[in-house]
Amino acid sequence: MGRALGRNLFQKVWDDHVVRRLDNGQYQVFIGLHLIHEVTSPQAFGMLRDKGLGVAYPSRTFATVDHIIPTDNQSRPLEDPMAEKMIQVLGQSTAEHGIEFFEPESGSQGIVHVVGPEKGLTQPGMTICCGDSHTATHGAFGCIAMGIGTSQVRDVLASQTLAMDPLKVRRINVEGDLTVGVTAKDVILHIIRLLGVNGGVGYAYEYGGSAIHSMTMEERMTVCNMSIEGGARCGYINPDETTFSFLRGLERVPSGNSFDEACERWRSYASDADAKFDDELVIYAGDIQPTVTWGVTPAQAIFIEEKIPSPEKAEGLDKNLISDALSYMKLKPDEPIKGTKIDVAFIGSCTNGRISDFREVAALLPGKKVAGSVRAIAVPGSEQVDKIAKEEGLDKVFEEAGFEWRKPGCSMCLAMNPDKLVGEEVCASSSNRNFMGRQGSPTGRTILMSPIMVAASAISGSVSDAREIFGLSEEVV
Amino acid sequence: MSFEKIAGRGVYVKGNDIDTDRIIPARFLKCVTFDELGPSLFYDERFDAEGKSKDHPLDKEENSGAEILISDDNFGCGSSREHAPQAIQKFGFRAVIAGSFAEIFHGNCTTLGIPCLVMSQDDRRDLASEVERDPEAEIVIDLEEKKIICSNKIYSVEMKESARESLLTETFDPLDNLLKAKDQIQATAIKLGYS
Ligand code: SF4
Repeated sequence: MGRALGRNLFQKVWDDHVVRRLDNGQYQVFIGLHLIHEVTSPQAFGMLRDKGLGVAYPSRTFATVDHIIPTDNQSRPLEDPMAEKMIQVLGQSTAEHGIEFFEPESGSQGIVHVVGPEKGLTQPGMTICCGDSHTATHGAFGCIAMGIGTSQVRDVLASQTLAMDPLKVRRINVEGDLTVGVTAKDVILHIIRLLGVNGGVGYAYEYGGSAIHSMTMEERMTVCNMSIEGGARCGYINPDETTFSFLRGLERVPSGNSFDEACERWRSYASDADAKFDDELVIYAGDIQPTVTWGVTPAQAIFIEEKIPSPEKAEGLDKNLISDALSYMKLKPDEPIKGTKIDVAFIGSCTNGRISDFREVAALLPGKKVAGSVRAIAVPGSEQVDKIAKEEGLDKVFEEAGFEWRKPGCSMCLAMNPDKLVGEEVCASSSNRNFMGRQGSPTGRTILMSPIMVAASAISGSVSDAREIFGLSEEVV
Repeated sequence: MSFEKIAGRGVYVKGNDIDTDRIIPARFLKCVTFDELGPSLFYDERFDAEGKSKDHPLDKEENSGAEILISDDNFGCGSSREHAPQAIQKFGFRAVIAGSFAEIFHGNCTTLGIPCLVMSQDDRRDLASEVERDPEAEIVIDLEEKKIICSNKIYSVEMKESARESLLTETFDPLDNLLKAKDQIQATAIKLGYS
């Protein structure tokens, strides 16, 4: 049978996984990998129980704990009885249904979107779901990876399928070379700034172009992770040699001859050269500068050298959005964002809590000290990241510079564990959401940026340009 | 409950990009069932640090018992937490009207039987001012005809066709239907090397 030409990766993966068309026009789609965590899944097991149903394909679901786990003291029982209960309920439910649980101290616990890829569970051409919007992260491997709600978690547990509407595909080409000090995080913040927080509604984003394909897998995950912040249900990058060499040797990836066969299959999922897209755009990598947010959505972002926008100069609803955001952030229009005082610095999360993020910052830290006024924490995304970091002595480098090195978890990305902002504190954060109240204080303020920008800001005590603080220039690289 | 016509009073919660962290702040996600979520809806917008009311539209006396939530663009963006639509439903809302919806939120609502209706900005303004002028005004949502009637005015609305269809046929909870295809599911799993 000849291979159908002119399809993009989304269409190929979709076509392969469709079980049937449903009467309401949706499709029933098989889910290759299902990841669950303690916040959005315990209720789904309850729903199964109410309906007298079991788990259809327990070996296709994996569980971890990340959101509620403290990052200082993880000894059990946890101090917070509700947090302890949530972990226990997940432990019981997974045991009852024969689902593998990467529990704390197993050596494999961590943020669900860090654990899946590092164990090799995430593989090209899969459909992946998790009751978590940042499931988009896994698209870095060339998958359709989507966040779902708890009722849908129930559907996947019970049937390993979902009722879904197909998505359109927008191809975003980032061409050329990034300049020194500009990272994957800046690329995705810039894309969201350009297309808006709801620009991606109804779309999957396919990221391509030379700048994307010269990224490491970790960098690609950072880009895909924030697709949801642009409104896209998922984002993906076509699998290539970088993908395959990352996967080779991982625990759950086939080895030997089977690996070569798997590569062949994975390669076949990449979008065809003549694939059609519903929309396409080009961004020049050289135009992107280190980017930071000034407002309360990830699209409210500017280059570090730009001034905070003014509502006066905006039109219509934008005027309100800008003035509401500025009054929440207590920032002034037409002022530079650079120099804004910070109280907290956070490096971690499923966006930027991988080993490469800590390596990159650790390489710049020697000889530098976190400003006395700043509380700085570094939180590995998983036990594995923690372990490697310690083997390489990265934890010591961070500590030496004045960061606290914590245990793995979501930490200050959201406010479900003890790591929280207090009052109106300003946090330079490597996470993905600067929503009002996101970091635990209803009046707390978040400024999103790349890990090296967080480190630079921690050192100077105010929003800073990593290129200046660390003396980065083209020659150094 | 029939979805052909939904009638109730409305309340307008103004603003674009109202994210699910605002709809239900993360600290309320510490639960193993959704039962108690209603009172926490929009908590940090409604109450200050001391728990004093900030006079949010939801807490205005004239709006108590409203069943239709009206908001603006990109409603429900951010986290996939089903706690958000669950809280909306448990608070007593039966439908949401907005300029547009974030996708995961929209899907979650539909599965719970909460219709998400898309209305143009001008119509929304008009409907919102109608509701603010007369909080007693009844809003009738006609899913069949894709229109909304309030104070003798008729507004047209848009809706995702698959969602409308599944609400009208009361098959919005897809699970029973999904389970009917066991053999086909297994065949797909085998074909893809998943089993
Ligand atoms: S790190 Fe943040 S965004 Fe990622 S899964 Fe945890 S809470 Fe969600």
